[in-house]
Amino acid sequence: MELFFSQILDGLSIGSVLLLAATGLAIVFGLMGVINLAHGEFMMLGAYVTYVVQSALKPMGGVIFELYFPVSLVLAFIVTGLIGVLLERTLIRQLYGRPLETLLATWGVSLILIQLIRSVSTAMMLGIIIGVASGLIVSKILRAKFSLKPFFTYLNGLGWAASILIGLIAVNIFDKVRPLAKAWFGPRNIDVTAPKWLQGSWGMIGTIELPGLRIFIILLSALLLLATYWFLNKSVWGLRIRAVTQNRQMSNCLGIPTDRVDSITFGIGSGLAGVAGCAITLLGSVGPNLGAAYIVSCFMVIVLGGVGNLLGTVIAAMLLGIIQSVIGSGTLLTVFPDMPAAARGVTEFFATTSMSLVLVFIFIIVFLQFRPNGMFPQKGRSVDA
Amino acid sequence: MKLFQRLVPWILLAIALFILPAALDDFRLNLFGRYFALAITALAIDLIWGYTGLLSLGQGIFFSLGGYAVAMYLMLNTKSLAGGNGIPKFFENYGVAELPFFWKPFWSPAFTLIALWVIPAVVAGLVGWLIFRNRIKGVYFSIITQAALMVFFHFFNGQQKLFDGTNGLKTSTSELFGQLVGSPDMQVLFYRLTVILLPLAFLVCRYFTTGRFGDALIAIRDDETRFRFAGFNSVPFKTIVFLVAGALCGISGALYTVQSGIVSPQYMSISFSIEMVIWVAVGGRGTLVGPIIGATVVNYLRSLVSEALPEAWLFVQGALFIFVVVLMPDGIYGWVTNGGLRSLLAAFGIAKKAKTYPSLDEEAVPVD
Repeated sequence: MELFFSQILDGLSIGSVLLLAATGLAIVFGLMGVINLAHGEFMMLGAYVTYVVQSALKPMGGVIFELYFPVSLVLAFIVTGLIGVLLERTLIRQLYGRPLETLLATWGVSLILIQLIRSVSTAMMLGIIIGVASGLIVSKILRAKFSLKPFFTYLNGLGWAASILIGLIAVNIFDKVRPLAKAWFGPRNIDVTAPKWLQGSWGMIGTIELPGLRIFIILLSALLLLATYWFLNKSVWGLRIRAVTQNRQMSNCLGIPTDRVDSITFGIGSGLAGVAGCAITLLGSVGPNLGAAYIVSCFMVIVLGGVGNLLGTVIAAMLLGIIQSVIGSGTLLTVFPDMPAAARGVTEFFATTSMSLVLVFIFIIVFLQFRPNGMFPQKGRSVDA
Repeated sequence: MKLFQRLVPWILLAIALFILPAALDDFRLNLFGRYFALAITALAIDLIWGYTGLLSLGQGIFFSLGGYAVAMYLMLNTKSLAGGNGIPKFFENYGVAELPFFWKPFWSPAFTLIALWVIPAVVAGLVGWLIFRNRIKGVYFSIITQAALMVFFHFFNGQQKLFDGTNGLKTSTSELFGQLVGSPDMQVLFYRLTVILLPLAFLVCRYFTTGRFGDALIAIRDDETRFRFAGFNSVPFKTIVFLVAGALCGISGALYTVQSGIVSPQYMSISFSIEMVIWVAVGGRGTLVGPIIGATVVNYLRSLVSEALPEAWLFVQGALFIFVVVLMPDGIYGWVTNGGLRSLLAAFGIAKKAKTYPSLDEEAVPVD
C-alpha cells in the first residue's frame, strides 16, 4: 500500500507539471481560440533560462546560488512572456479567427525555436540583430518613398529578403572569429542541479516519505493556479480579458483596448509555459526537443477537462498524471498480486511508460465518445453549434 | 492552345516515365520516386483538408500502416532474412519463437496487396466515424487525430516483440522476385509504378471532388451547420472521404517504404504528419494539381538544403510554414491561377491591368 501511495504522489507531481504547462495553454486556447503549437517550445525556453541563471550564479556560490531557483522562476516568466508578446504582435495578430492557420504558423515558429536553441551562437545572434535592424530601416525608407506606389508590397518584401541576406552574410563573417562561433547550448541535453533545499526529504507522513522536489512542484502549480484564477476573476485586466472573450466588438466599443488585451493574454499564457519549463528542469536533463513530449498531453488535458475551464483542467491533469504513473510503473501488479490471469496479462502489457501513454490516449478518445465537449463543457448561445 | 492544354498532363507523364529515368542517376531517380509517392499522400490530405475542411494531423498512421504491411510481406518472404525457425531474424533478439498471429496472412502476396490499402482505410473509417459521430470538428478534430497518431506511435515504438520497435523493418535488404528490393533495377521498377499510380490517385480524387459528392464536401467545408440544417447528414460524407484518404495514404506509404528502404515508427512522428499538411499548403489547397506540385517542390527543396546545410533545414521549413500561412494562403498553384503573377507584373507596370473594373483600377492608383 505504501508503494501505491508513493506512486499516487508521483502521479500527482506528473499531473502538476502537466497542469503547469496546460494552464498557460488553457488561457491561450480557451480564451483566445489560438492553437499554439509553439507552447512546448516556450517551456523549453523557460528551461534554458533556468540553465543560464544557474550558470551565471554558480561562481557566486553560497546563499545566492542556493536561491537561484526562485530568481529563475521569475526570469523565465518574464523572458518567455516577452517573447510571447512579440510573437503575438508580429504573427498571431494576423491570424485571428483562423485557428487552423495559427496551428500551422505556430508549428513553424516551434521548428525555428528548436533549431535556434541548437545552433545559436554569438555570431548568429549578431547576424539576426543586424538582419532585423537593416530590415526595419530599409522598410522605413521604402515606406517613406514608395508607400503609395502599387508595387510597394512587393518592394517591401524584396527589401526584407535583402536584409535577411545581409544577416546571413554577417553570420558567415562573424563565424570566422573563433570565440564568436561557439554554440551557446548545442544540440545536447543540459542538466540543471536542483538546489540543496529541494533535494532530499521534507519529512514523513506515517511511513511515507515526502520527496522535496515533488512536493515543491505540486505546491508551485497550486500557487500558480490560484494566481491565475485570481488574475482572471478578480483583477481589472482579467475582467477585460473575459469581456473580450465573450464579445470582442462590444468590448471594443466600450473602450477596452482589445489589442493590448490580446498581447497580455498571450504573454501570460507563454510566461506560464516558461515557469513550467523551469519546473521541468528539476525532474531531469532537458534538451531542445523537450516541447514535443508535452504538447500533445497538454492539449489532451484541455480537451478532456473542457475548454476554458480551469477546474476541469486541474482534474484532467491530475487524472492523467495518476493513471500514467500508476499503470506505467506496474505498481498495480505489486499491490494486487493475486489478480486473475487475463487482467494480469493486460496490466503487464501496458506497464511501460510508452504503453501507459497509449492507454491514456485511448481512454481520452473513448471518454470523448460520451462527453464530446469534455468533463465541464461550456454552455450558452455563444458556443459554436 | 486548348489542344496543348489537354496534352500537358500526358506530356508530363511521358517525361516522368521515360525521360527522367534516362536523364537522372539512380540516386536522384529514387528521390523523385519518393517525392511522387509522397505526392499521393498530399493528394489525400488535400481531399480531406482542401475540399472538406478537416485538418488531420494523423495521416502518418495510415501512411505507416501501408508501409508496415508491405515491409511485413517482404520480411516474411525473404530467405536471407529468416532466422532459425523460418521467421524473420529480429524476433530471435527478443526471444519470440512463434510468429505473432497477425503476421501470418502476410505470407500471401495477394493479401498484402489488398491489405496495404484496406487496413488503413478501415482504421481511418473507424477513427473518422467515432470522431464525426460526436460532431467533433475544427481544431478539436486536429488535436484528436494527433492524439490517435501518438497512440499508434507509442504502440509501434514500444512493441519490440511485434514490430521490432524503434528499429523499424528494413526492406532494402529483402528480396522480391528473386532480386534485392534495394537494387537499382527494382528501384526503377518502383519508380515507374509510382509514376503510374500517382495519376490514378489524381483521378480518384477528381472523382470524389466533382459532381454532387464533391459539392457536398465543399458545402461541409464552407458551412457545415447550414449543410446539416438543409437536411443532409454530414457524417457519412466525412467518414467516406476520410476513409478514401486513409486508403490513399496507405498506398503512398507502401510505395515510399519500398523506395526508402525502411519503415519505422518515425513515420508516425508528430512532425512528419504536420509536414504533410505543409506540402498541400505550399502547393495550393482546394486544387488537385497543387498538392502534387507542393509535395515535389518542398521535398526537393528539403534535399537541396539538407545536402548543403543540414542545420538550416528546420529554419527554412519553419519560415516556409509562416510564409505560406500568412502571405500565400492559396499556395503556389492557387496564386498563379488567381492571377497573382499578373498582378505582380501589373504592379511594376509590365503587364496590363485587369480591365474588369476600370474605374476601380484608376482610383486604386493615386497620382503623386
